[in-house]
Amino acid sequence: MIVIVDYGAGNLTSVRLAFEAAGVPATVAADARAVREAARVVLPGVGAAGAAMRNLNALGLVDALRASVARGAPFLGICLGAQVVFERSEEDGGVNGLGFLPGTVRLFRPASRWDKVPQMGWNAVVPRRAPGGAAHPLFAGIAEGSEFYFVHSYYPAPSAEACVLAETEYAGVRFASAVGRDNLFATQFHPEKSGRAGLQLIANFAKWNGKS
Amino acid sequence: MLTKRIIPCLDIRDRRVTKGVRFQNNVALGDPVEMAARYCAEGCDELVFYDITASAEGRPIDIAMVAEVARAVRIPFAVGGGIATLGDMSRVLLAGAEKISVNTLAVRNPDIISQGARAFGSQCIVLGMDPLAVEDRRAFPSGYAVTVKGFRERTDLDAVAWARRAEDLGAGEIVVNSVDADGTRAGYELRLTGLVAAAVGIPVVASGGAGRPEHLAEAFTAAHADAAIIAGMIHTGEYSIPRIKAALSAAGIPVRMTW
Repeated sequence: MIVIVDYGAGNLTSVRLAFEAAGVPATVAADARAVREAARVVLPGVGAAGAAMRNLNALGLVDALRASVARGAPFLGICLGAQVVFERSEEDGGVNGLGFLPGTVRLFRPASRWDKVPQMGWNAVVPRRAPGGAAHPLFAGIAEGSEFYFVHSYYPAPSAEACVLAETEYAGVRFASAVGRDNLFATQFHPEKSGRAGLQLIANFAKWNGKS
Repeated sequence: MLTKRIIPCLDIRDRRVTKGVRFQNNVALGDPVEMAARYCAEGCDELVFYDITASAEGRPIDIAMVAEVARAVRIPFAVGGGIATLGDMSRVLLAGAEKISVNTLAVRNPDIISQGARAFGSQCIVLGMDPLAVEDRRAFPSGYAVTVKGFRERTDLDAVAWARRAEDLGAGEIVVNSVDADGTRAGYELRLTGLVAAAVGIPVVASGGAGRPEHLAEAFTAAHADAAIIAGMIHTGEYSIPRIKAALSAAGIPVRMTW
């Protein structure tokens, strides 16, 4: 079963409906055991990193998520759920994350007054290609440079290049809009709200074997 | 590059989409869920629904309709009208909407913006405002007064000052819906939209007055809007979203062209 983790961070309905639209059953759960035993885990989230980490700790989900990722269960982080997998975030005066990926999460600091924060809207996502030419399997069947829906003020800045799986440009930064390693994949954008391309990514995740 | 968003606005009255001029003479146009699905298939980037009679009639927003829309479309949408409390906001978000638009409620009780932003995140809270051009520059330095209750009541708030305050309180986006331009299809109120866009660091949406693709182009270039709301020009069938986007793209404006 796919478990969508409910840790009080925003709208789970859209994520659940997207899996439903992809024809894949997914359940929403907040208890550690369900997360630990899930075949696949989705960590969604909107809102602030500090509150998100507090909730994950209070619900006893930090160890469950760590165990699930260590066991090799495919993991999909979305938006804030992609930010808390890093070691640290600049948000809320500095917050320690789950540390599944090396690096930090940084605030957009645009030079132009017309680059608004949050970035809100559809922006092109360009997958990185391996020397053989293949993008990450979760981008299978998605046209190069397809636009996805973003809403965020902070962006992932992995300290290991190998963790950058796709890139997007905004406010003078080329940032990592999809990140991951092994069985972990996370997007700064919202695949559940990104039309056909997003639905394809959701469907790809549902059948992904966790190998990158 | 971040693309400019085209956002069809569906005014809902008795579960039908309606369109009037300055909230008057509304005529029924169709079923909101069907129209949302069609605009989504035609490539709109986001949708906004206003339950235009909910607050006047003192009844809650139609949650069943919000849930149906959430099943029918895979793009973000905002809902406004008839939202009075944090509980109402929570119900709308849980039904599958991304954003809540507050207007009259925020003027009466500005704290609802910060409470909503704290509870659900700033990105969820859209401030909608309906400014009216006024002569009195002493009371209204921008030249625009905020109105409420569907333009029926003028407040003592200056439009630009109110936009800045809403940003400070935690709004994630501001929709500037000009009372003077609404329904005219003669173009957006560019001066006002530009003033607000320059005054705040959050995205600004132009609204009211779109009649031709050039009007959207002006809003994005001259007024620096991040998104534009359209209604009559597509509801009547005079323009389609692909045609509007093709015109914008030809004018060099970044828009999403595949969906």
